[in-house]
Amino acid sequence: MILQPIFFYIFSIVTVASAFMVISSRNPVHSVLFLILAFFNAAGLFILLGAEFLAMILVVVYVGAVAVLFLFVVMMLDIDFGELRQGVLQYLPVGAVIGLILLVELVTVLGGVVISPEVSAGAAAPIPPLEQVSNIAAIGAVLYTRYLFFFQVSGLILLVAMIGAIVLTLRHRETVRRQSIANQVARNPASAVEVVQVKSGRGI
Amino acid sequence: MHGFVGGYLIPGLLMVVESLVVMVVLLVCVAFLLYGDRKIWAAVQIRRGPNVVGPFGLMQSFADLLKFVLKEPVIPAPANKAIFLLAPLVSSVLALSAWAVIPFAPGWVVANINVGILYVFAISSLEVYGVIMGGWASNSKYAFLGAIRSASQMVSYEVSIGLIIITVLLCVGSLNLSDIVLSQQVGLGTMLGLPNTFLDWHWLSLFPMFILFFISALAETNRPPFDLPEAESELVAGYMVEYSSTPYLLFMLGEYVAIVLMCSLTTVLFLGGWLPPLNFAPFTWVPGIIWFVLKGCFVFFMFGIVKAIVPRYRYDQLMRLGWKVFLPISLASVVVVALVLQLTGWGGVPTAG
Repeated sequence: MILQPIFFYIFSIVTVASAFMVISSRNPVHSVLFLILAFFNAAGLFILLGAEFLAMILVVVYVGAVAVLFLFVVMMLDIDFGELRQGVLQYLPVGAVIGLILLVELVTVLGGVVISPEVSAGAAAPIPPLEQVSNIAAIGAVLYTRYLFFFQVSGLILLVAMIGAIVLTLRHRETVRRQSIANQVARNPASAVEVVQVKSGRGI
Repeated sequence: MHGFVGGYLIPGLLMVVESLVVMVVLLVCVAFLLYGDRKIWAAVQIRRGPNVVGPFGLMQSFADLLKFVLKEPVIPAPANKAIFLLAPLVSSVLALSAWAVIPFAPGWVVANINVGILYVFAISSLEVYGVIMGGWASNSKYAFLGAIRSASQMVSYEVSIGLIIITVLLCVGSLNLSDIVLSQQVGLGTMLGLPNTFLDWHWLSLFPMFILFFISALAETNRPPFDLPEAESELVAGYMVEYSSTPYLLFMLGEYVAIVLMCSLTTVLFLGGWLPPLNFAPFTWVPGIIWFVLKGCFVFFMFGIVKAIVPRYRYDQLMRLGWKVFLPISLASVVVVALVLQLTGWGGVPTAG
């Protein structure tokens, strides 16, 4: 059982260190790469917890899709980071307040579990041990029964956000000639080709 | 101390040995598949292909390997050196690491984890990083354009691959790759009263998904006709343009290992993995690994033929195909398959453990 603490400390040290590097490295692309490293190690921590499904989903969604888009945008932007850094002190108080609020929330959640387990026991549905039912089945059983409403509402919110982003950015220009695949496929020689008998010396 | 040796050291060493064996066999297979790819390509174009090194040119890939290793790696002066060298490593290591969960025969798997298919999916979605990092770190316009193309291409086809995998998972009821293979022992054929044959595999019951998966796998691995990231006629060689010698070799290796991975994933998901095509006497004498390799080679042959005979897509058509054709079809099929399974009660039951 000695390996588990060793891996826990490796994963958590690398997570914290790379999270620090995300905000301290000078090159934004390096920041995103460190962010990816942090995600990876968080996935490792999930695996140590026995939450293999969450670990894989973390990698698929955050590393495989979200961070790719981050990297994509950061590489395309041409930002002068010296200029951006000048206002850091100005935003420091706001950042500190937000950080403090998050810290208090985390302490409240975790402290609640420690101080009065019976209160938080009502919040979570009992999950059978890992030997009886797999991770995915357990999450699915809770997500689609007890939390069905929240699940659907969050899905709807995401859908609305997606449609909103498309509506805001879509410009439909009338002057652009577009390719219509259906028209191209529907063309046949009868409608596209006309055979003309041209008399010599006359032209069409 | 006895608990440490018996509990960790011996299983750990065993796993290392298993991984090494898988990797060595895999790399040798990739060398010959690369040769086969070039031979297929040559045969379609009525050329002879590699035929100088060794009998029938069989040793060509090993000669290429030596050539790449012995050359001098050139790192462009404006390149970001660390990321430039990290990118090919990421590409090849990720491609190799996905093989840990592929079951070659009953019980022949390095790590038989419950979320095997998700693991493969996660790894294959990470492969885009090798490309992006390489393209960006090269500090060259061609490389960067290739990287950007590949990022959007791979992310787009990832979506439809995910949905196609979900349809298979709905039919199986498990995310374990061995369970996915075993579930193909019963299917359409056995419903008609036949013994277990190739008719039971998912390729027949999910035929449209099989085709979609094959095409998406081509796009996901940047194979022709979707090799836009490295389109040599417009981008020289895309994200690989600044690479030479061993880093280039690692990129090529990663690409081919990923292709072979997609072939074996197609085998596991749709072609019944190690199961014999006709599950009775003369066919069951052949070990499962042989069937697995034969099926994988068949899918690879189709990859090779597609490369040889299909012209390259235009980039906007590629995106249209991904988002406007494949995504709606695969999304609809998830709904349809789920509905059919719910109404008829077919398909697997979620397994414990």
